[in-house]
Amino acid sequence: MGRIVLDQVNKSFDGVEVIPPLDLTIEDGEFTVFVGPSGCGKSTLLRLIAGLEDVTGGQIHIDGKDSTQLAPAKRKLAMVFQSYALYPHMSVRNNIAFPLKMAKLGRDKINSKVMAAAEVLNLTDYLERRPGLLSGGQRQRVAIGRAIVREPKAFLFDEPLSNLDAALRVEMRLEIGELHKRLATTMVYVTHDQVEAMTMADRIVVLKAGNIEQVGSPLELYSKPKNVFVAGFIGSPSMNLLEGPEAVKLGAKTIGIRPEHLSISDQEGVWSGIIGVSEHLGSDTFFHVKCDAFPEPITVRASGEVSLHYGEKVFLTPNHAHLHLFSDDGLRIA
Amino acid sequence: MSTNASRSAARVMMAPAVILLLGWMLVPLTMTFWFSFRKFLPMRGGDLGFAGFDNYVRFLTSSSFWPAVQTTLIIVISVLVITVVLGILLAMLLDQPMWGQGIVRILVIAPFFVMPTVSALLWKNMFMDPVNGLFAHLFKAFGAEPVIWLTDAALPSIIMIVSWQWLPFATLILLTARQSLDSEQMEAAEMDGAPLLKRFWFIVLPHLGRAITVVILIQTIFILSTFAEIFVTTSGAFDTRTLTYLIFQRITDSQNIGLGSAGGVYAIILANIVALFLMRIVGKNLDA
Ligand SMILES: Nc1ncnc2c1ncn2[C@@H]1O[C@H](COP(=O)(O)OP(=O)(O)OP(=O)(O)O)[C@@H](O)[C@H]1O
Ligand SMILES: [Mg+2]
Repeated sequence: MGRIVLDQVNKSFDGVEVIPPLDLTIEDGEFTVFVGPSGCGKSTLLRLIAGLEDVTGGQIHIDGKDSTQLAPAKRKLAMVFQSYALYPHMSVRNNIAFPLKMAKLGRDKINSKVMAAAEVLNLTDYLERRPGLLSGGQRQRVAIGRAIVREPKAFLFDEPLSNLDAALRVEMRLEIGELHKRLATTMVYVTHDQVEAMTMADRIVVLKAGNIEQVGSPLELYSKPKNVFVAGFIGSPSMNLLEGPEAVKLGAKTIGIRPEHLSISDQEGVWSGIIGVSEHLGSDTFFHVKCDAFPEPITVRASGEVSLHYGEKVFLTPNHAHLHLFSDDGLRIA
Repeated sequence: MSTNASRSAARVMMAPAVILLLGWMLVPLTMTFWFSFRKFLPMRGGDLGFAGFDNYVRFLTSSSFWPAVQTTLIIVISVLVITVVLGILLAMLLDQPMWGQGIVRILVIAPFFVMPTVSALLWKNMFMDPVNGLFAHLFKAFGAEPVIWLTDAALPSIIMIVSWQWLPFATLILLTARQSLDSEQMEAAEMDGAPLLKRFWFIVLPHLGRAITVVILIQTIFILSTFAEIFVTTSGAFDTRTLTYLIFQRITDSQNIGLGSAGGVYAIILANIVALFLMRIVGKNLDA
């Protein structure tokens, strides 16, 4: 139903190449997340798929059909914008009904579809209100409602949760995840928040300056990052990326080790250092340790209560099974 | 937010401006009120004492009153329709990215900076003159008989001149309103399958609603007091005598200051009713 294939798609704005030629296949029913730092071209890529921007070169196939020159409305995709882009002068009901009215559906049909969508999204009590009177989460749901009534081939989300507070973000994250399970429709989701990417995605596409750095499942990216960029981007807190003689000893330019794959002890270990700041999160404690062997401080996770304090001398031991080695050009060796 | 000291300092600082403005307004206003209750005929005996509500009654019952009201309404409504409709179209056009955008925008706004007297003279002599005017030449070029604008089509001519003067204002306000429309809303509508005209109708026009109301109210206040354009062109002849012009004629031509002042008071009341609506809408706009 909703298979999207990008074939050598590229985009320049006034001669500046924002997205170099890029190939990507988004399988039907898959939840794909585009993730990357600000300005890397995530929104641009999404807008290319939506048809809101013209490609400079390459082809976009939706459902096996060349849709490169197709108008946005004809692509049968629905988009949820970061600003929600609700129509402020229309009631929630009319907002959700708008695409159906444009498709010239009968009144009864529109009504039943709007009611069904409102039910799914818990909006039944707010149907007659204007969007301006709703909370952020409710507006978000209206925007999603407007998208689902069209029964699109795929949903496109552009940072839909970035205007919500942390608690609501977690809630909406689950709701969108559940919606995906229920509808089993292709979803393409843009975010710069790697936690969102890790928790929601079937497949993550990591972008950097318009280039695809790696495509894979969250676990693949976590356990086998292809290069230093992905290694540092995925995971929270991020992986320790260390250079220096210790790295050379292992035959690499850079070694990467996640905070959860280091053990800390005040007795013995491979690298000695001094504890700097520590962050107590209850379940975990993160220590920033200044080691003699490396210029940058190393983040270490310890479970539960650990009685180590600022300025104490400690030893760190990496779990060699989880050590990532990167070559001079930043690519993964092992 | 402000302390007592800063508040009283602010009052002292603002006092000169407030007193000046109040004096500026209150003195003529009080004099108008005062004269409107007196029988005052400068060339025929001067101030002849109190007249009660005589002037008010005479102004309303005079045979020129209702035609003047009608003319005023025709001018106000026609100019409003023309400026709002053309203003919306121009705002849409000027919003498109195009070559020389800055210069075009300045050109569009230019008429607003021309004084009413000057613009009326320009139109009268350069466009509407039946012998040498541009329109006359244009008509002749197509083999048609030139229209004697200010005699045969006096009211439309004045409407044309006043519209030309106010179109830039309407365009400017509507253009800013158009530009404040979130582009994601338009894109959302595009993805929802609304073609260009429907996007205009369902998204742009409702968004412009408030700006249109503000344009209508502000223009109404100013167009009600249109004077120079009539004075320079027809001097109130050929059914172009508006309420404002009638008041002027009562005072200068009929030399009846009391009667003119009574008309002036009616005009003040009328303008204030419109202003009241304006305040409400602009106030709401600021709240939102
Ligand atoms: N209409 C445009 N004209 C010119 N340059 C643009 C345009 N839109 C985007 N760009 C440029 O393209 C690059 C990618 O922008 P894009 O909005 O896709 O980034 P993003 O990954 O979505 O970032 P963010 O996380 O901040 O939203 C940026 O450098 C931006 O300046
Ligand atoms: Mg973006």
